[in-house]
Amino acid sequence: MSDGVLDIEGIEINLLLEAIFQRYGYDFRDYARASVERRLAQFLADSGCGTFSEVTARVLREPQFFHQVVPYFSISVTSLFRDPFIYLALREKVVPLLRTWPHFKVWHAGCATGEEVYSMAIMLREEGIFERARLYATDISQPALETGKTGIYPLDILKKGSAAYQKAGGRGSLSDHYHARYEAAVMDAAFARQITFARHNLAMDKSFGEMQMIVCRNVLIYFNQDLQNLVLQLFLESLDHGGFLCLGDKETLTFSSVADSFVAVDEKARIYKKRVRR
Amino acid sequence: MTLMDLPGCERDIRAVAIGGSAGASGVLREILAGLTRAFPAPIAVVQHLHPDDRGLLVENLGRAMRIPVVEVQDKMPARPGQVHVAPADYHMMVERDGAFALSVDDPVQWSRPSLDVFFLSAAKVWRSGLLAIVLSGANEDGAAGLRAVRLRGGMAVVQDPATARFPKMPLAAMTQAGLGGGMSPGQIAVLLERLERRGRSGRSG
Ligand SMILES: C[S@@+](CC[C@H](N)C(=O)[O-])C[C@H]1O[C@@H](n2cnc3c(N)ncnc32)[C@H](O)[C@@H]1O
Repeated sequence: MSDGVLDIEGIEINLLLEAIFQRYGYDFRDYARASVERRLAQFLADSGCGTFSEVTARVLREPQFFHQVVPYFSISVTSLFRDPFIYLALREKVVPLLRTWPHFKVWHAGCATGEEVYSMAIMLREEGIFERARLYATDISQPALETGKTGIYPLDILKKGSAAYQKAGGRGSLSDHYHARYEAAVMDAAFARQITFARHNLAMDKSFGEMQMIVCRNVLIYFNQDLQNLVLQLFLESLDHGGFLCLGDKETLTFSSVADSFVAVDEKARIYKKRVRR
Repeated sequence: MTLMDLPGCERDIRAVAIGGSAGASGVLREILAGLTRAFPAPIAVVQHLHPDDRGLLVENLGRAMRIPVVEVQDKMPARPGQVHVAPADYHMMVERDGAFALSVDDPVQWSRPSLDVFFLSAAKVWRSGLLAIVLSGANEDGAAGLRAVRLRGGMAVVQDPATARFPKMPLAAMTQAGLGGGMSPGQIAVLLERLERRGRSGRSG
């Protein structure tokens, strides 16, 4: 394998991403390249195609084939109370400020199958302010959103979630918030009234309205720095003054273009607050 | 194999990637102990950790080493004279601009971070300028990655399985990458120290 051959593969991937964009309007061109290459290599192996050029040719002509590629760009790995300690930080440092708003909106951008949203809802309910909250849960993946909307999860997800719930400062038992049926659990129906699941593509779509808090965890890692900056700019514009931004455990504003527009509320928990400009 | 026979010892190393699993953290300490911030290339460490490990390895290494040790965050640039450790429960990769990238994609070889994932991306970016090292471990993660490193002209080293507490990982890597033998931790330490000295004289001369 010479370097020349490898460069060809790079060009082929550029052309494939361009083809997807021009033909279907999905823009993956500014996704983090190393992840894209990994996932496309997986797709290539699974698809039976020999080269990415072959994939491109089929993607252009066969919408069905294209719909087999899309899931490789929206892998929805998530869990209930992921990184439990952040909920401790939220309870201590954010909830007291949320209390001062008569109503507040939270946007979970890249919510995957919804576990993160229900975790937030449970925490807010225990803090007595869920009734004042409106939660918007968006993702690019329609199947993931469908799962979130039903609020039905396999019981072992709840079992694992239970330990995380305790570490997250849970006041009672996780089972206070769902009903077990055979091998599945249904989240308490009362949550649905305050939660809206909707499709939204962070790479292309506009603001979702003014928010008091935006939670976007483990999504930006899949974008390159340019796209990260664009999305962070969108968040900045969507946030109320003094609104909160929560990022993933290894995501930071340090390398972004909006670093100066936020102050850290809890750097370890990746909780930031929009600076109030004079 | 003696140190003198080491292939590629005279070439320019632009980055060092070290992977380990069970039985590797002591070895890591041993091979990094002699280095300082004058080391001429970035060093990346992918060590299998418990998913709940919150930077303990980084803390322990940082306390014991002279060379600075940091836990990688998304988009952090790879800096010469610094050890960059992959965080627990994330895959680590490197982009062509030399910045690290993370992902929470499914584990590979039951591991996240996975050596294979990092080595594959590092091989593409640093090509013949990469030195990749596989240490002790009880699974086969890293073998396919080390092979990719060699295919792209990089330099591949494994810990001599006879010196490893868990020889399975270096053995698999040795076989798949087509290496004739491994090096003891002491020899790897000497190799890295030599790279640092060469980098220093290169800069002054
Ligand atoms: C690893 S999951 C993170 C889930 C959750 N936030 C968490 O941290 O557990 C990443 C999610 O980002 C979504 N995603 C990827 N690209 C997106 C885009 N352009 N717009 C909106 N969501 C996107 C994927 O579909 C996936 O559900």
